[in-house]
Amino acid sequence: MDALEMGNYGIYVWSCFAITLAVIVISDVQARLRHKQVYRAIEVRIKALEERQ
Amino acid sequence: MWKWFHKLASPPHIYRLAAIFIPWLAIPGLMLIAYGAYAGLFVAPEDYQQGDAFRIIYVHVPSAYLSMMAYMFMAFGGAIGLIWRMKLAHAVGAAAAPIGAAFTFLALVTGSIWGRPMWGTWWEWGDPRLTSELILLFLYFGYMALRSSIDDTAKADKACAVLALVGVVNVVIVHYSVVWWSSLHQGQTLFKEGGPAMDKSMLYPLLAMILGFTLLFGALLARRIRTEVLYRERRTRWVREMILSPEGGK
Repeated sequence: MDALEMGNYGIYVWSCFAITLAVIVISDVQARLRHKQVYRAIEVRIKALEERQ
Repeated sequence: MWKWFHKLASPPHIYRLAAIFIPWLAIPGLMLIAYGAYAGLFVAPEDYQQGDAFRIIYVHVPSAYLSMMAYMFMAFGGAIGLIWRMKLAHAVGAAAAPIGAAFTFLALVTGSIWGRPMWGTWWEWGDPRLTSELILLFLYFGYMALRSSIDDTAKADKACAVLALVGVVNVVIVHYSVVWWSSLHQGQTLFKEGGPAMDKSMLYPLLAMILGFTLLFGALLARRIRTEVLYRERRTRWVREMILSPEGGK
């Protein structure tokens, strides 16, 4: 309980750690999705070109 | 030596090398962050002045440091790209921008939350450290907006490199603002004359967090560099061959 309360500063400390975790996770997920998106778009274009040939 | 340097400028080589680096950076980075967060939250004693509120330092300082470091990556990338016309350097700059913006946002938000119980206010417009860090966030936004507003990649690279280089002045101001002007923000803790002004029990978790965040930044950067290289090289033969190969290149 003391660890949660942090001498009445718990809301400030824990919210900072939670926001940091959220931003890092979002940054990672966004980077993965963008890579997938770019890869997929190139893959579709190249395979369409291959089929046409 | 030169062979290695030339290889470093080769997009297919960097694309594959970055994929190898990601787990080697991310896993130790996450382990250090786990140790730093645990020791910072539960093991380090409370500060004699700030009580437990000081524990915000373990996320605020690494974020603030990376907000400046990511910008320096953009600026160095821009400079190398302009001087040696190395396209890959521009790709590094473009990849660093969103990560830098995320860490700058974190530095501002965690700093503001820390300021509320310590200074009695969320924000102080007259404070040089806070204002220059906010300008840094706007520089990141400006850099990304400029890049996405120019269709021609080569032109976008040049314009963004110039913007990144001009903005370095602000990074210097962010760093030295607490030395040059009187500020609500506390002075330098780690790079103080005579060594860090912290007890070892508080310092070691902070160093672990800084190193862990840096490794994580490296992993995020490597991932974004891969995407940037793939997009820029989408019409090249090596990308075509890689995508058509049975193992692919995801």
